[in-house]
Amino acid sequence: MPWLILASAMNNLFRKTPLGRLFRHRSGTFGLVLVLLYLIIAVFAGILAPYSPIDQHPKDRLQPPSSAYVLGTDEFGRDILSRLMFGASNSLKVSLVSVAISGLLGTVIGTVAGFYGGWVDNVFMRFMDLIFAFPAILLALAISAALGPGLNNTIIAISIVYMPIFSRVARGSVLQIKELEYIEATRALGSSHSRLILRHILPNSFTPTIVQISLALSWAMLTEASLSFLGLGTIPPDPSWGSMLSEARIMMELAPWMAIAPGIAIMLGILGFNLLGDGLRDILDPHLRSMVN
Amino acid sequence: MRNYILKRLLVIIPTLLGISIIIFLIMRLIPGDTISAMIGTSAKLTEAQSESLHAYFGLDRPLPEQYIRWLGAALRGDLGFSVRSGTPVLQEILNRFPLTFEMTILAMIFALILGIPIGILSAVKRDSLFDLFGRFLALVGMALPNFWMGTLIIYVLSVYFQVLPNSGDYTDFMVNPITNLKQLFFPALTLGFAFSAAVMRTTRSSLLDEFHKDYAQTARAKGRNERQVILLHCLRNTLIPIITLVGFQMGYLFGGAVIIEEVFSMPGMGRLLLNAISQRDYALVQGTIVFIAFIFVLINLLTDLAYAVVNPRIRYE
Repeated sequence: MPWLILASAMNNLFRKTPLGRLFRHRSGTFGLVLVLLYLIIAVFAGILAPYSPIDQHPKDRLQPPSSAYVLGTDEFGRDILSRLMFGASNSLKVSLVSVAISGLLGTVIGTVAGFYGGWVDNVFMRFMDLIFAFPAILLALAISAALGPGLNNTIIAISIVYMPIFSRVARGSVLQIKELEYIEATRALGSSHSRLILRHILPNSFTPTIVQISLALSWAMLTEASLSFLGLGTIPPDPSWGSMLSEARIMMELAPWMAIAPGIAIMLGILGFNLLGDGLRDILDPHLRSMVN
Repeated sequence: MRNYILKRLLVIIPTLLGISIIIFLIMRLIPGDTISAMIGTSAKLTEAQSESLHAYFGLDRPLPEQYIRWLGAALRGDLGFSVRSGTPVLQEILNRFPLTFEMTILAMIFALILGIPIGILSAVKRDSLFDLFGRFLALVGMALPNFWMGTLIIYVLSVYFQVLPNSGDYTDFMVNPITNLKQLFFPALTLGFAFSAAVMRTTRSSLLDEFHKDYAQTARAKGRNERQVILLHCLRNTLIPIITLVGFQMGYLFGGAVIIEEVFSMPGMGRLLLNAISQRDYALVQGTIVFIAFIFVLINLLTDLAYAVVNPRIRYE
């Protein structure tokens, strides 16, 4: 079985690293495989897709799955498989960039708040609490409505919505770490604040953030799909899994296949990031693992 | 307990103010001129018309003044007028609120009815086939986008059962409860399904945690059988994290209702908001979002209070 040989080789190769522990975590590995599959399709959509995602083939409108169109065509005769692959690309772009922005800003805010405490902590974290006081989809909807639909505006909306989660996670870790003896020692040796934060605190407080990144990617993916479904995300004819589902709703009785593939794609993507996040949490944070199990 | 309630009530005042400022500012983010955005790009206004409209909506004033005037009016229950229908925003919201609220409550009930028993059985029969099924269901439930599930339900109902889901008129619960519940069954099930997965996971993990606590061991040592240990002792403590989850998720369900109402064409607050967005009815958008956010904050407050009642450790902190 080449799969087992490969798994065992990977296991040996990374045995003592966190990656090795992840390979021994069954559902985490499954999540990783799903995420990798999604990444490959998203990155190589241009090579893998059999057709252009926006080219219309009027003669082949609403074709069911066949050898020419593996997942069928939509009401404009566009190939659903190709749209799905390019949709993965858009979904990845939005998820990665928005999680990168919210992760970076949230971590900086949380770290500074936790490190300095006092009024800095109060001002920053109360502001984060305010953003957190909205249901995420509603705030994203409000921002998208104000800025207008489009990929960049969706990214801005999602980045703002998920920033408080990262700031809370970072603040929590920094509060714990800054009381440890080695930080006291470094401080006594005359380290500057920026050096303390960048060299000593941030690298050691990063574990919970890694777990959060994986989970936030799944939320970002769902939020992008939801916004596009409501007509406030990606602008047609650019493909997005959410807008594909929205178009499929109208054609449901004539062409049910239009709704099957994008739905499964969103589900598997979210499942992958969720399982990977759970797996990472289990291997990187034993305390949380004991709380969950 | 009274001090705790007072403290929590005082904390929500700045939160509500902050929320209103954020929404107010977001609505001012609209690129270009708000008046032209409302009227549409095709309409050409003379300068005098544009100025008088700006003055009418108070948009010629500095931003802080605009906010204070809006807040003053909002505190008197005046959230402005819908530009499209001409009716007061608050009246529009209150007309739509009951349907959304009822659907959210029903979704919550579905989630608890599905989630708690499966969670308990999963914990009791840990690592059995049923547990595996329960955990699989929870994973799928959390990954399944509710708007996709809703779309599939409508398809299956209409194609295989020739039942078209209601669109448009919804019967009030007070008028005919049976028809009302029939109409809301599938939307609420769709909305609650993902949440039932979270309930399932929380019930399972917290019950497993309680099984090994000292008091459970003592109950076993006193001769209680496993069923009594679970039902009389462990389950009560398992309720604490479930109450927290219910409170926090209630607000998110309210947010999720926006999408479900669109899928099932329900005339609730979510649909009102989406229509207002597409028609650029900004007073209505602003009012609806502030209203939902306020409800969200109030639900969180009630959760905190309920939590303090159930768990005395909280209020003495």
